[in-house]
Amino acid sequence: MTTSPYEHHDYDVLIIGAGGAGLRAAIEAKQRGLRVGIITKSLLGKAHTVMAEGGMAAAMGNVYEEDNWMVHFRDTMRGGKYLNNYRMAELHAKESPDRVWELEQWGALFDRTKDGKILQRDFGGHRYARLAHVGDRTGLELIRTLQQKVVSMGTDVFMECKVLKLTHDADGRIAGCVAYWRPSGEFVTFSAKAVILATGGVGRSWKFTSNSWEGTGDGHAMALWAGANLIDMECIQFHPTGMVWPLSVRGLLVTEGVRGDGGVLRNSEGKRFMFDYVADMFRAETAESEEEGDRWYDDHTAGRRPAELLPRDEVARAINAEVKAGRGSPHGGVYLDIATRRSPEFIRRRLPSMYHQFMELAGVDITREAMEIGPTCHYIMGGVKVDAETAATAVPGLFAAGEVAGGMHGANRLGGNSLSDLVVFGKRAGMGAADYVESGAGATSFELSEVEDAVKEALAPFERTTGENPYDIQRDLQELMQANVGIIRTGSEIEEAITKLEEFNERVRNIAVKGGRAYNPGWNLATDLPSMLTVSRCTALGANLRTESRGGHTREDYPKTDAELGTLNFALSSDGGNWDSPVSAQKSPLLTIPDELKALLEEAK
Amino acid sequence: MADVTMRIWRGDASGGDFENYTIAQNEGEVVLDVIHRIQATEAPDLACRWNCKAGKCGSCAAEINGKPRLMCMTRMDDLPEGPVTVTPMKTFPIIRDLVTDVSFNFAQAEKVPALLPPPMPVGGYRMFQEDVERGQEFRKCIECFMCQDVCHVIRDHEGNKQHYAGPRFFIRYAELEMHPLDQNDRRDLVREDMGLGYCNITKCCTEVCPEHIKITDNAIIPLKERVVDAHYDPVAWLGRKILRRDKRSASEAAVQPAP
Repeated sequence: MTTSPYEHHDYDVLIIGAGGAGLRAAIEAKQRGLRVGIITKSLLGKAHTVMAEGGMAAAMGNVYEEDNWMVHFRDTMRGGKYLNNYRMAELHAKESPDRVWELEQWGALFDRTKDGKILQRDFGGHRYARLAHVGDRTGLELIRTLQQKVVSMGTDVFMECKVLKLTHDADGRIAGCVAYWRPSGEFVTFSAKAVILATGGVGRSWKFTSNSWEGTGDGHAMALWAGANLIDMECIQFHPTGMVWPLSVRGLLVTEGVRGDGGVLRNSEGKRFMFDYVADMFRAETAESEEEGDRWYDDHTAGRRPAELLPRDEVARAINAEVKAGRGSPHGGVYLDIATRRSPEFIRRRLPSMYHQFMELAGVDITREAMEIGPTCHYIMGGVKVDAETAATAVPGLFAAGEVAGGMHGANRLGGNSLSDLVVFGKRAGMGAADYVESGAGATSFELSEVEDAVKEALAPFERTTGENPYDIQRDLQELMQANVGIIRTGSEIEEAITKLEEFNERVRNIAVKGGRAYNPGWNLATDLPSMLTVSRCTALGANLRTESRGGHTREDYPKTDAELGTLNFALSSDGGNWDSPVSAQKSPLLTIPDELKALLEEAK
Repeated sequence: MADVTMRIWRGDASGGDFENYTIAQNEGEVVLDVIHRIQATEAPDLACRWNCKAGKCGSCAAEINGKPRLMCMTRMDDLPEGPVTVTPMKTFPIIRDLVTDVSFNFAQAEKVPALLPPPMPVGGYRMFQEDVERGQEFRKCIECFMCQDVCHVIRDHEGNKQHYAGPRFFIRYAELEMHPLDQNDRRDLVREDMGLGYCNITKCCTEVCPEHIKITDNAIIPLKERVVDAHYDPVAWLGRKILRRDKRSASEAAVQPAP
C-alpha cells in the first residue's frame, strides 16, 4: 500500500459526482456490501440533476397501453439519428420502468393517473406519453430520493471536494484520485479498487448555457487524461427553450413540458412556424395542420403529434432560422405561448416552477403572456466510451455513467431520457464496478508521482505575482466556443477555434490567483480551466472531423447527413495524458445492430 | 442605471468586517449577478455558494439587508435604494465570507428513519393524487436551510442544536408520517429527540420559504397534533395499554432497516 503525504481515504468503489448517476451507482455498490465513498464538488443534493424539470422516460404504459420498450428503443434511436450505441439504448428502454418503480420504494412521490398509477406526460420525440414526473421539478424528486436512500445506508460523502486527477497503479490500472477540500484548500488522496465517474456535463464552456458552475467537464477530461476514449464530443444539445431576457438569466432552462402540455412556438408574426420545419424523417408521424396537432393533445389516436414536439435538435435549428430570417422577438428569441392555450389554473398546477421563474426573474406572468425563449447549451451527448452492460471504460478499474458517458443518446438526446439514463446506467456502473472489485482485479497501490504532479500544478497560480485573472480566461473561452463551435458550425470557424484553443494553453499556464486556499472561487476556477480547455478542444476536433449535419452537430457547409459518417464515432485519445497534451482521433465503427432490433427501426421508417 | 454599493461581509471564523464594492448595475439583475461581477473583477476570492441560479438548488442563501433570501432570486430593482448589505446566514458557523458550515443539517438528515413501505406489487404501487399531494408539498423543499437559519430556537440558542431538528426536518418527518406507503412510526422520535415541542409556531420559517411551503400550518401543527394524539389522548392511551402497542420506542424506529 502506498503512503500518502496528505489526508487519505481508502474504498472499494469510489464515485466522483453526486448527481443521479453517482448516487444510484453508490446504492448498488453499497448493497453489495462494498466500502463506498462519494465525492462531490458541491453540497449533497445540489448537483445538476436538480435542474431537470420535465420528467424521466420509461415505457410503463400507464397512460397509453400501446407503449412498450420496443417503441421507446425506436424513438431513442431515431432521436439520436442512429448514432447511438444500440445496446445502451436497448438496455435503457428495457430497464427504465423498473428503475422508476424502485424510486417509489425509496420515497419518491410521482404525480398519479386517475387509477393511482404513475402519471406520464408527453415530450418531444416520444411516440407516447412516457415521462414519469412531479409537476416540473422531477429532477429534484429524483436527486432527493436517491440522496435520502444513500444517507439512510450510511454512505461516506465528501462534499465540496474537487478532484484534480485520477491515479494509476504501476500496471496502469485506476487506483484512486487526488483532490482538494474547497473549504480549506487542503489536499486529500483516495485509493480505490474501482472508480466510477459520474461528473455530468461540459456546458460551462459556452456563453449561453443552462449548466451551473460545476459543468466543466472534469470527468470527461480526467478519463481522457487517464487513457480512456471519448466519443461524439461534437454532439452538443442546444435546448430549444432557454430564457433570453433579462440578460442575467439568459440560457436558463424552460422545460419542454410547456410544449408537452400544449404550449406552442410563434414568431414575431404570431405564426406557429414549426410546421414549416418538419424534416422528411419525421413527416409521417407529425401533424399536417395546427388543427390535427391540437386534436392529438386530447387523444393520440385522433391526430398526429404537433410539430412543436419534434426532437430538440430539430426545434432548436428552426428557432435559430426564424431569428436569422428577422422574425424573432425583441431580445433575439421567439415566443413560447401557453397562455392562450391553457387555463391559468392548469398552467400553475402543471408548471409551477416555470410560473415562478418567469414571474420572479423576468416579471412575466406566463398565464397571461408568451415567454421569450431561444436555444441554450444544455447537454453533451458525447462522452467516455463505455461497455453498455458494465459501464466499463478502456482503462481497467474506471467506469462512467450518466452525462459523462457517451453512446446512449447518439447524436441527439430525447427529453426525459436523461433522468432514466442516470438510474439505468448508474445501477449498471455500480454492478460493473462491484463485479470488478469482487473479481480481485483492483489496484492495491498508486503512483505517488501522479499525486505530486497534480498538487504542484494546482498550486502554481499562487506562486505567480503577475499573471492573468482566471475569470477573464473563462469569459473569453465561453465567447469563443459560443461563436465558433455553437449551434450552427462551419469549417473555417471550427479551425479558427482549434488554433485559438492552443493559445489558451499559454494563458492557463500564466494564471495568477489572489488570496488564500480556503474557499477561494478564483483558485477553484483556475483548477477547473484545464478540464474546460480539454473538453472544448475535443468538441472542436470532433466538429471539424464530422463533415455532415446530424443531431446536435450542424454544419452550415455540410448541411446533409453522410451515410458513411453515420456508421462511426470519432474516438478521441490523449497523447501524453496532460490537460495541454495533443488529442488524436480515430474512426471507430458503431456496434452492429442485430436483425430483430433493426426490424423495429425499419418498421417505423 | 445608477451604480450601487454592495456592503459584503468578508472574513472567516476568526473574524471579519464589511467591505464596500461600488459597481454598475444592469437591467434585470439579481443579487447573485452582482456578486459574480465583483468576483470576476475586483475580488476573485470572494466566497459564495451557488449552483443553478434559478431558485431550484437552494445553494445561494444569504442574508440580504438582514433577511434570509436566495441571492439568485432577489432582484436588485426590488430592493430599496441605497447600499445593499449581504451577510452569511447567522445560525451556522462561518467558513469564509458568505459561505457557512451547514453540516448541522446533514447530521440531522442522517437521523431520519427511512420510509418503510410494504413490498411492491407487480406494476408498481397504487396511490392517489390527493394522497400524494400532501407529501409533494414538503418534497418541494430545495434545502436552502433558510428556515433553519431564521428559526429562533437555534438562531438565538446555539445549545438547542443538540436536541432540535428544525423546520426543514419537521417537514421531512411530516412528509414521512403522511406518506401513503409508510409503516414506520416516528412520533416518539420527533417528540423525544427532535425537539418538536420547542417550536412555538411563530411561522418565521414559513415566511422565508422560497418554495412557499406552509411549513407551520401544513407540517408542524399537524405533526404536533399527531404527537399529542399518541401521547395525551386518554382513549388512545388506554387502547395502547390494552393492545400493548406502545412498545416501539423511538430508538427502535430509528434503526428500522431501509428496504
